[in-house]
Amino acid sequence: MIRARGLEKRYGRRRVFGGVDLDLSRDGFLVVTGANGSGKTTLLRLLTGLAAPTRGTLEVDVDRGGIGLLAHDPLVYRELTGMENLDLFGRLYRVRERRERIGMLLERYGLWDARSERVASYSRGMAQRLALCRTLLHEPELVVLDEPYAFLDDEGAGLLDRELSELAGGHTLVVATHDPARLAPFATTSLALG
Amino acid sequence: MTYLADVAALARKDLKVELRARDTLPAMVLFVLSTLVIFHFALPADTGEDAAYGLLWVAIVFTALLGLARAWVPEHEHGVLDGLVLAPCDRSAIWLGKTLATLAFLLAAQVVALPAFALFFAPLSATALVAVVLVDIGICAVGSLLAAMAAAGRARELLLPLMLLPLAIPLVVGGVGAAISPEGERYLLLLALYDGVFAVLSWASFEYVVTE
Amino acid sequence: MTASSAIRSLPGLAALAAGLMGLAIVLALLVAPEDADQGVSQRIFYIHVPIALTAYFCFGLGAWKALLLLWRGEERYDLESYVAIHQGTIFGSLTLITGSIWAKASWGHWWLWSEDQLVLFLVLFLFYCAYFMLRFSLEEGPRRARSSAVYALFGVVLIPVSFLAIRLAEGLIHPTVFTREGPQMSSSMFATFCVSWVAVTLLAYVLYRVELVGKRLDADLRELREALR
Repeated sequence: MIRARGLEKRYGRRRVFGGVDLDLSRDGFLVVTGANGSGKTTLLRLLTGLAAPTRGTLEVDVDRGGIGLLAHDPLVYRELTGMENLDLFGRLYRVRERRERIGMLLERYGLWDARSERVASYSRGMAQRLALCRTLLHEPELVVLDEPYAFLDDEGAGLLDRELSELAGGHTLVVATHDPARLAPFATTSLALG
Repeated sequence: MTYLADVAALARKDLKVELRARDTLPAMVLFVLSTLVIFHFALPADTGEDAAYGLLWVAIVFTALLGLARAWVPEHEHGVLDGLVLAPCDRSAIWLGKTLATLAFLLAAQVVALPAFALFFAPLSATALVAVVLVDIGICAVGSLLAAMAAAGRARELLLPLMLLPLAIPLVVGGVGAAISPEGERYLLLLALYDGVFAVLSWASFEYVVTE
Repeated sequence: MTASSAIRSLPGLAALAAGLMGLAIVLALLVAPEDADQGVSQRIFYIHVPIALTAYFCFGLGAWKALLLLWRGEERYDLESYVAIHQGTIFGSLTLITGSIWAKASWGHWWLWSEDQLVLFLVLFLFYCAYFMLRFSLEEGPRRARSSAVYALFGVVLIPVSFLAIRLAEGLIHPTVFTREGPQMSSSMFATFCVSWVAVTLLAYVLYRVELVGKRLDADLRELREALR
């Protein structure tokens, strides 16, 4: 599903990483590790199509509607409620049975009670959970997670563990993390940057 | 058509965000009223109405700049712009939704400003009012695009006026002409031409500004 | 064309440009017949008009390269577009300066709002200065290249729209007190004009190439340094 050869990304004179080769088959689980600043986030941006490589080739066999990204930022509007945020993205992603799916996700991640409150009033952990809902809303084939355990409390982390075990094997996943041991049971390949 | 549905969803989102944050629109209204009062003091006693009509367009351009400077702030707050760009919708829909919302705010501010102008200075003809709408469209269309460009860099509050003001010159000419010239229709045509050309250009090039 | 072969042909072109410019100046100042109406000050047109035309051409070239960047996506178009616009801005400033000198010589004022061309160049000058501010404010990379390219396209569309607006504005803003008639050119005047035009265009092209080579060498050097680190 993903194939990269000699991937390099630079911003002007600043080289973020180079010479990266990568093969990820459908339903595989890739764990990306590396120190801060090694380019994990940049690599993930390349895989989702938010940035283009400076050199090398990159083939990703999914179109935009089939990709879900959990980034460093929650990617949700502060002034909208949790429900409104998911509704907006649900429309943009043409999610079928939008209402039901949103309701199901909010329940699953313990946000149902907070659904009508503005994101500005959420804790960072709640915002991260909402971001997860947004990522999975449209049932993407390729799920890209950038340090998903950050900001999650134990309960949230447990929910994420459960989600990952359900996704693995039926979806393609790329996860950047500082804690590869946690993902060891799921990982099929790994890549170390920097 | 899903394109229009996307645009509607995005524009509605902007209206909702503003309704809750309530910072931009009140500021625009207050700004334009203060500016009109300053103009009164800035004009010497014996200047004719024409000078006031000229200054109206200056007030509109600067009020629009105020609104545009804040236009993309919600998208940058939690990196949401990436989320929108990732979505399968056409990127130009993001621009169109934002332009329509900014246009709505500008028109709302003018609902207060234009009667105030008529009260302080001189009445506005129908041609002038049509010109106001055309100028609004032109400035919001180009301004939304430029604001998105500027937002990616440092000194974004400084950059937007610098980029937009030269582009606003034809609009000011069109507006003033529509308000004071006996051949006002010519100026309306100029404005319509500007809007047509630059709106299409902005619509087509937005994609390139938000992607790498 | 590699960096080395480009440099090799440049000195020849530069010498040619310098020679032609010298010839043009001699022709304009000494050889061409004096204009009946305007006298000596009309001679400035031999320099002013070609410089203005060259500036337009540079902006157009910059916009074309910008379009190629957006369409084909090759990095080199960004630099070429930037250098073209840089040259255009330099020649634009020269247009304003020579135009101002002409205005002073002809009408005794350093600036005339009734001169459409001059006003247009002022607007463009402001616009393209903002172009450089935009580039300065964004980090190097595809984002900056694309935004610059889009802005360059806006610039080239602004030229006709602004011109139309300025024309229409004349009736409103200032009464047209000063009128200028375009010089009725005799054949020797025309010949002088052509030599001048070719000379200035060639000069602009040489400057464009020189700056491009310089910037490319710069970039190559930086890459080498990075690789050695």
